[in-house]
Amino acid sequence: MLLQQLVNGVMLGAVYALIAIGYTLIFGVLGMLHLAHGEVFMVGAFVGLVVAGHYGGSIMLALAAAMLATGVLGLLVERVAFRPLRGAHHLAPLATTIGAGIALQETARWYFGPEQKGFPPTIALTLWELGPLRVSSVQAFILTAALVLMGAVHLFLARTRAVRATAEDPTVAGLLGVNTTAVVLLVFFVASALAGAAGVLVGLAYNSVHPFIGVQMGIKGLVVMLLGGLGNVPGAMLGGLVLGVLEVLGVAYLASSYRDAFAFGAVMVMLMLRPEGLLGLRLPRRD
Amino acid sequence: MLIQLGINLILALSLYFPLSAGQLSLGQGGFMAIGAYLSAWLTATHGWPWPPAFAAGALAAGVVGALVGLPALRVRGIYLVLMTMAFGEIVRVFFLNFSPTGAAQGFRGMPFVTSLPVVAGLAVAVAVLAARTASSRMGRAFAAINRDELAAEVVGIDVTRAKLASFTVGAVVAGLAGALWAHYVQFIEPEEFGFARSVMPFTFVVVGGIETFWGALVGAAVLTLLPEWLRFLKEWRLALYGLAMLAVMIVRPQGLIDHRLLVAMRRWRPGPAKEVAR
Repeated sequence: MLLQQLVNGVMLGAVYALIAIGYTLIFGVLGMLHLAHGEVFMVGAFVGLVVAGHYGGSIMLALAAAMLATGVLGLLVERVAFRPLRGAHHLAPLATTIGAGIALQETARWYFGPEQKGFPPTIALTLWELGPLRVSSVQAFILTAALVLMGAVHLFLARTRAVRATAEDPTVAGLLGVNTTAVVLLVFFVASALAGAAGVLVGLAYNSVHPFIGVQMGIKGLVVMLLGGLGNVPGAMLGGLVLGVLEVLGVAYLASSYRDAFAFGAVMVMLMLRPEGLLGLRLPRRD
Repeated sequence: MLIQLGINLILALSLYFPLSAGQLSLGQGGFMAIGAYLSAWLTATHGWPWPPAFAAGALAAGVVGALVGLPALRVRGIYLVLMTMAFGEIVRVFFLNFSPTGAAQGFRGMPFVTSLPVVAGLAVAVAVLAARTASSRMGRAFAAINRDELAAEVVGIDVTRAKLASFTVGAVVAGLAGALWAHYVQFIEPEEFGFARSVMPFTFVVVGGIETFWGALVGAAVLTLLPEWLRFLKEWRLALYGLAMLAVMIVRPQGLIDHRLLVAMRRWRPGPAKEVAR
């Protein structure tokens, strides 16, 4: 029973981690919060739903299309909501991204309607029994996809010195000849594509997509980013797992209606005791 | 409509107080919920008249605000934003499970008190408080902390006290807005005090301009009335609202009202003297 819950928690946590990595990458290079990230996630879920439903129902195709579409959406968000505000008050991008998020929600509601939509069954459902554990093919796919994507992000960061340099100090990186504008765009593309992939995976996992799923997921992603330490990618991965497991165990052994409170309680304790995050070594001087 | 506008003005000012001392709270929905639920419970279940019930609601929000504010003083910037956000969500989940006030079913039974004169009177009172604070010793301390916290401390401002005061006053005002809201709609449920509600005053203040309290007022007025003006757009209304917000921030990142504009308005004379403003 406990082991089974852990599997569910890890699956949920892997998805949280994908969203949080996006937040943390963007925060890492810009030092700003992207509050429409949850809506990017929502768009990914819808693109996946449409592609899976209309074009032969291949889940890989749906995943790829969702990632491409949200990646491009991310570029658009950067161009519209962040770039015009360079040098403005650091709160200004919070407002522009909230505005962009509202616009995306409402567009989705207009196009798809406000009600929940089921995800087309794209993966043949089989249950594997591994000793006391029961893992469905859907769960296995979600976990594998999330882990592969996280591995890809790790490689991406390991191979791109320019991105790490920009995260360290945008000004110095720019002076040393890094095209920081291009780096920011690249980061937005990658971060948003990850959110899009997470959207498809959540659609698969819960078999329900609606225009407002991004709100709660966006907040959870922020929580996970904070657990891991702002701008810290391995921290976001760990934070996702911690939150996923914490939530599932909390629901199983405490009270299910308090599920969301666990995440936020954890955040407040974390902020008071260890604001640099689980894996953080020092407090970034960005305030 | 005008009643909603009045409540939103008060809500915007509730965010302006902590923000004027450099503290952004995205948990005002939580304080609003405390004010709304406590005042509604007092009037509906215990038959209190509304003025003491409103005062109790606002004060309770203030006490919780001070309790949250104490640890919150340790964190700043984006960390404070996330912490207040977490607080707001915890309050929402609490009321979602708190059966004496109806839990997820919501709470009703409170009388209608929030008439236009009541809202207008309280909104003016809070606005006057904001105006008086801005030019008071405490208000100057807030502004100094906002500009440079270290420098403020060096010149002898009690930073902890000022930050706690600004945060607590903001919570009291948000609690008042909640009490007004509860006795306007006469039915409250936890979901309306979630993150979306907390974001509302923030958008008011940022779109209006964070430099002066006039910004909070203008932002609240514009963003409350804008959806009405956009009504002819039917289902595109809210999408356009989001885009309009985006556009305003791109054109005026400092918000609609800033110090320069206020100075310009003060100096404004019909005719050639207009150039002075530039």
